[in-house]
Amino acid sequence: MMTKQSLTSVLLPIAASLVSLLTASPAMAVDIELNLIIKDHTFFPAELKVPAGQKVKLMIDNQDATAEEFESHELNREKVIPPKSKLPVFIGPLTPGKYPFFGEFNQATARGIIIAE
Amino acid sequence: MFGSALIVFRESLEAVLLIGIFAAAARGLPSRNRWLAIGIAAGLLGALLVGMLSEPLAQLANGAGQDLFNAVVLGVAVLMLAWHNIWMASHGAEMARAAKRVVADVRSGKRALSAIALAIALAVLREGSETVLFIYSIASSQETRLFDLIGGSLLGFTAGVAAGVAIYAGLLRIPVRWLFSVTGALILLLAAGMAGQMARFLIQADWLPPMASPIWDSSWLLSGTSTLGSILHILIGYEAKPTGTQALFYLATFALIAIASYWVKQQRFVARAPI
Repeated sequence: MMTKQSLTSVLLPIAASLVSLLTASPAMAVDIELNLIIKDHTFFPAELKVPAGQKVKLMIDNQDATAEEFESHELNREKVIPPKSKLPVFIGPLTPGKYPFFGEFNQATARGIIIAE
Repeated sequence: MFGSALIVFRESLEAVLLIGIFAAAARGLPSRNRWLAIGIAAGLLGALLVGMLSEPLAQLANGAGQDLFNAVVLGVAVLMLAWHNIWMASHGAEMARAAKRVVADVRSGKRALSAIALAIALAVLREGSETVLFIYSIASSQETRLFDLIGGSLLGFTAGVAAGVAIYAGLLRIPVRWLFSVTGALILLLAAGMAGQMARFLIQADWLPPMASPIWDSSWLLSGTSTLGSILHILIGYEAKPTGTQALFYLATFALIAIASYWVKQQRFVARAPI
């Protein structure tokens, strides 16, 4: 039964790498934490500077009475922030550049940008 | 009004396309429609429940509750899709022969349908709960006129359902002997894409390292914000700037399902061959 053996020889390394990935978490320590406030469907500050090449913990504080979805295609992030809640979103490490983000539920007003340098 | 229509359309699209593909993939299985309805109804109920419990859920695990929940829902859905494809690898030929008749092995067909129903329920649950939160948050803010919101949501939902019906009708035009290969390939890509999304939620929650971030950037070629980019994101898990971990989850899921299906097909061939 060659097929069975070759199947195992393919599956085992994949499974092993997945296990090592899972046991490696929680990932590296975070040294930078930044606050982002949502009030009246607007982000404060609307422009955030972060160091490039480092993981950053973004604490999003939604002070509105309605939910908002923090979303950014450039950052590859998407998270619902319920009303009157403060939730973390981990971003990066980022290469230098501009990363716009928006609130999906209020796209007309909720817009901001992260600048990595 | 068009803003809310677009959001509801986008949220419903992923679940609706999955239902359309599965409805075609389950062609010929006994009481298919009942199982599809059960999956959709269970998903809608779950979406309401999760929408209502979003605040306590979000606060779990130091604020990573929602990410972990999404990751688990996606993980179980990937398992169901994988199971479906491996099952089809051994029953596909039989189903293609008897597409309009009832499949011989009724009990086995029932198990396949319950996996399909669960996968549909999970997709409806995940996308539906976000829609519930969106509609609720708009409805409770005073600036919005309720008429615009209801009209917009219905418009978006109708457009979503139309897309699902279109993909189902399109798939049924494929000759039956090719149909299950096509739905199998679509479901394989959907599953790999969902595994990639699962990795993204775990990275966002800091439960997994991103590894190379990004591993490539193809946004110059096809941006993830473009219409084609977002359709391909739903259908095949396209990402313009994926992390290494996402790519690894995608490839590993793709390879595992493809290899297991191939192996099952070979086994069946060996079992049938004269000695």
